[in-house]
Amino acid sequence: MSDFEPKVVAFVCNWCTYAGADLTGTSRLKYASNVKIIRFPCTGRIDFMLLLKAFANGADGIIVSGCHPNDCHYTSGNFHAKRRWIMFKELMDFMGIDMNRVTFSWVSAAEGAKWAEVVNETVTRIREMGPYVSYKELVNKTIEEEVKNE
Amino acid sequence: MKTGLYPGCSLTGSARDYNESVSALAEAFGLELIQIPDWNCCGATAAHNLNKELSLALPARILALAEKNGLEEIVVPCAACYSRLVVTQHELKKNPELKNRISEVIEMDYRGTSRILNVIEWIDKYIIPLLPEKITKPFNYKVACYYGCLLVRPNKVLNYDRAEDPQTMDIVMTKIGAQPVDYPYKTECCGAGFSISRTDIVSKLSGKIIEDAEYRGADAIIVACPMCHSNLDMRRPDINKYWKTEFKIPVIFVTQAIGLAIGLSPEKVGLKRHFVDVKIS
Amino acid sequence: MARIGVFVCHCGENISATVDCGKVAETIGKLKHVVLSTEYKYMCSDPGQTLIKEAIKEHNLTGVVVSACSPRMHEPTFRKACAEGGLNPYLCEMANLREHCSWVHEKNELTTEKAIDIVRTQVEKVKLNSALQPIKVPVTKTAMVIGGGIAGIQAALDIANTGHKVVMIERSPSIGGHMSQLSETFPTLDCSQCILTPRMVEVAQHPNITLYTYAEVESVEGFIGNFTVKVRKKAKSLDEKLCTGCGLCTTKCPQKKIPNEFEQGMGMRPAIYIPFPQAVPNRPVIDREHCTYYIKGKCKICEIVCPTKAIRFDQPDEIIELQIGAIVAATGFDIKHADFFPEYGYGRYKDIIDGLQFERLASASGPTSGVIKRPSDGQIPKNIVFIACAGSRDPAKGIAYCSKICCMYTAKHAMLYKHKVHEGKAHVFYMDIRSGGKNYDEFVRRAIEEDHVNYIRGRVSTIYERNGKLIVKGVDTLLSSMPVEIEADMVVLATAGVANSGAEELAQKLHISYDSHKFFAEAHPKLKPVETNTAGIFLAGACQNPKDIPDSVSQASGSAVKVAALFSQNELTREPLVAVVNRMGPPLHSTCVGCFLCQAVCPYQAIEREDIKTRDGKVLKSLAKINEGLCQGCGTCVALCRSKSIDLHGYSNNQVYAEVVALLNEY
Repeated sequence: MSDFEPKVVAFVCNWCTYAGADLTGTSRLKYASNVKIIRFPCTGRIDFMLLLKAFANGADGIIVSGCHPNDCHYTSGNFHAKRRWIMFKELMDFMGIDMNRVTFSWVSAAEGAKWAEVVNETVTRIREMGPYVSYKELVNKTIEEEVKNE
Repeated sequence: MKTGLYPGCSLTGSARDYNESVSALAEAFGLELIQIPDWNCCGATAAHNLNKELSLALPARILALAEKNGLEEIVVPCAACYSRLVVTQHELKKNPELKNRISEVIEMDYRGTSRILNVIEWIDKYIIPLLPEKITKPFNYKVACYYGCLLVRPNKVLNYDRAEDPQTMDIVMTKIGAQPVDYPYKTECCGAGFSISRTDIVSKLSGKIIEDAEYRGADAIIVACPMCHSNLDMRRPDINKYWKTEFKIPVIFVTQAIGLAIGLSPEKVGLKRHFVDVKIS
Repeated sequence: MARIGVFVCHCGENISATVDCGKVAETIGKLKHVVLSTEYKYMCSDPGQTLIKEAIKEHNLTGVVVSACSPRMHEPTFRKACAEGGLNPYLCEMANLREHCSWVHEKNELTTEKAIDIVRTQVEKVKLNSALQPIKVPVTKTAMVIGGGIAGIQAALDIANTGHKVVMIERSPSIGGHMSQLSETFPTLDCSQCILTPRMVEVAQHPNITLYTYAEVESVEGFIGNFTVKVRKKAKSLDEKLCTGCGLCTTKCPQKKIPNEFEQGMGMRPAIYIPFPQAVPNRPVIDREHCTYYIKGKCKICEIVCPTKAIRFDQPDEIIELQIGAIVAATGFDIKHADFFPEYGYGRYKDIIDGLQFERLASASGPTSGVIKRPSDGQIPKNIVFIACAGSRDPAKGIAYCSKICCMYTAKHAMLYKHKVHEGKAHVFYMDIRSGGKNYDEFVRRAIEEDHVNYIRGRVSTIYERNGKLIVKGVDTLLSSMPVEIEADMVVLATAGVANSGAEELAQKLHISYDSHKFFAEAHPKLKPVETNTAGIFLAGACQNPKDIPDSVSQASGSAVKVAALFSQNELTREPLVAVVNRMGPPLHSTCVGCFLCQAVCPYQAIEREDIKTRDGKVLKSLAKINEGLCQGCGTCVALCRSKSIDLHGYSNNQVYAEVVALLNEY
């Protein structure tokens, strides 16, 4: 397991976390290269189905990050994301999906160092948890059961 | 519905007159008051200055006893006891963890469902509706209603009357024919617990309360708190000595005033127990 | 078929030091649909950009991925280069190899692998990009200023002087606002009327300004550059063209006992009245609520005495519709009155007054002609107490904020009192003295040192009447909290400034945000202090928070510049990265089910309702429709839409799913 390199996808907003990650770069702070970023205008745009899509395609961990509360470029998108996240998390927990694989955080455009921390912390955690193969198993089992029931 | 009664220490000691007048009213209006069995001290001013858990556990036990005896509503004539009970209910409602802890301490189930009434609320609810037919001797005097601190404070917790310029007792007094005076000392401090340790402070503060009531032409000061009563009544000689005055204005419990208005005898409502003669009846 | 060109930048050595750019270009070149994959030392340089422009023509590219620095840095540069090369600029994407890869990782294979993944993801995305055209919105070059106080006056004059038309709406019968009520102004003690009235007249006479007094905003529709505003002109019961403003009617009106609003209730006015002598316009209105004719059905004395026969009892309210390009909200503030203070007697004591009432007492044109007389018996107070922060900075009263103007006007009041009553004693209870501003602190020091005003740092617990005096009980916190008791003849409360009545309703009509105190919210507390969240609507003055005159005027000029900048263009051009509701096959069909949840979450009120009708006008379906003029492209509606009927240009569902799939799968 020691050479396991987790795949982590980061869904971030353009105005705070993407800019914060840019600042990590301009400050030349190093972090684990396992994380790849997908840019959104706002966390409010992030459809949480994308998280499932990412797991289904082999992601081991996910980071969702945007502006701090009250700092949203679009006033309230991050609040909508937060509320949706609370619901989504409960539902996924209930369905047996490991929500410890998802980091939800606020990283502002001025928090380059915090971004590196968030990434490193997440990668370390996911590395300990191992690859997320059980997701595919879980989904496949559910489908099989459904087919059987019909 | 049966109403529970929590007398507390004062009503069985220095404020027996208050207790007698409450009982007399209950009897006259056919209201059932059931003293909470095995009641204990509410903690008064001492407990919450020394030990928070104790200050909550003592009132919680009283409330739990009320619940155990099926008393959904309890009247607490003493303003200090009333305050402690309501504050406890409020604190434990806010903090379920603390509630469980206190339940453990008192070794009783505590739900916090009892409705706690102060004496004015009790009067408003059960006596005022029946009052008009009962009044035989309208209490036709000018009165200064003195609320003290604990009947209306802390306002956010008690959520009862307005803190700076309370009105409920004034309204009750108008119902028995009295004329409340505009009285700015309604909620000024009487000296409270300093009654024992620093009578000089009580004399100074209570003296001002009495002086303003007399200045405004009141025939009596009306109170709803045993502590206020003892400071204004029992400490009168000290007050007069301190201010070099001869204040004679009587201090009457709100329940006593109502009792007189419905024709109960001064003895029945405990007026004979006062230190300052009540000549108005 | 997509034909994608990929350009990998070395950024000098910034990228190539840790990422093997050659390997990236080579690997990407093998991908499907990638017809060109090349590398260059500086893509953003002139030769670099030329490389892209020529490649577009040579390889007939349908999409470009520039793999270089952050798009936040150079996206506009490369989109412009693509446009010059003949490719729609929105078919260009950037892969962030510098900030998100080369600068944050060590040189090794994993880093190069990550770089390849980043570029690959953008290649998959750009395949799904669509050619977009910038959105153009026409601009109606007429501004509306709501509120005729000093902020509104300044904004209107500044906009009008740039040559644009302005409509000013004022709900009371005259413009002038609170400033017209003030006696003298800090820190110069010049007379408020003297500096204000010329500006009021200027508004009335300006060829570019149309003034509607006694009028209120009824509804606002549309968006930046294109608002339709309905204004209710309340009936003045008077033909303004015939009325000469002689005022004869106001002297003959038999109803004379109405509390005068302008005098803060310290004087009376008739039912037909001109609010104050310098009013603009100087024409009376009939207050129908108090007029004997409207109450009892007879009187009409004003009609009989009017020399020009201008009275119109049957005049109705009139609704006018205006086309407006930009709106400045300048609706001002109000103050709490003495009845807000139970501890000071709930307004029971006549000689406890508020700051505006003191202004009228001190004003030469006020009810006492500038002599400080107390309201109860007209005596000149010998001992006066001013209480600052009455209500402000008091969370227990629900007002935690500082009202900002009170420290200064309290110092002014104390000073004016001392100037008028030399032998009198003035006391000020205060929490802190907040006198930041040009010459402000010097002014307060003058009150203390030259005019010997007694400043006491502490709060007042209670005030009551005794022996005809007001007993003010407070504390002096600088004297180890000694209780202070002052027998005052009069008390002036510097009460909290609060949002004007009707602020909430107006904010809802304008679709602008407001805070929990009903003050209008700016778009950004520091960098957009005059804009609101609704494009084309600006703020001026105390409708945003309590402000003094210089601040209000500055902000008004600021909002005027914003309006002028907007009006300097004939058309507004906007980024086309906006949301769109899908339309399928036959135009009647959309997957939108019309739940309008999107409407509730949109911070910009950009989602409208559209009915799809048959030829004979029957409504088939109600759909959501995005107003491109208002949408800012946040995409909150997209994530929320339950039927996935809304999509966002530039970040479409197809694009982001393709990115996720590309990022995680082997190639």
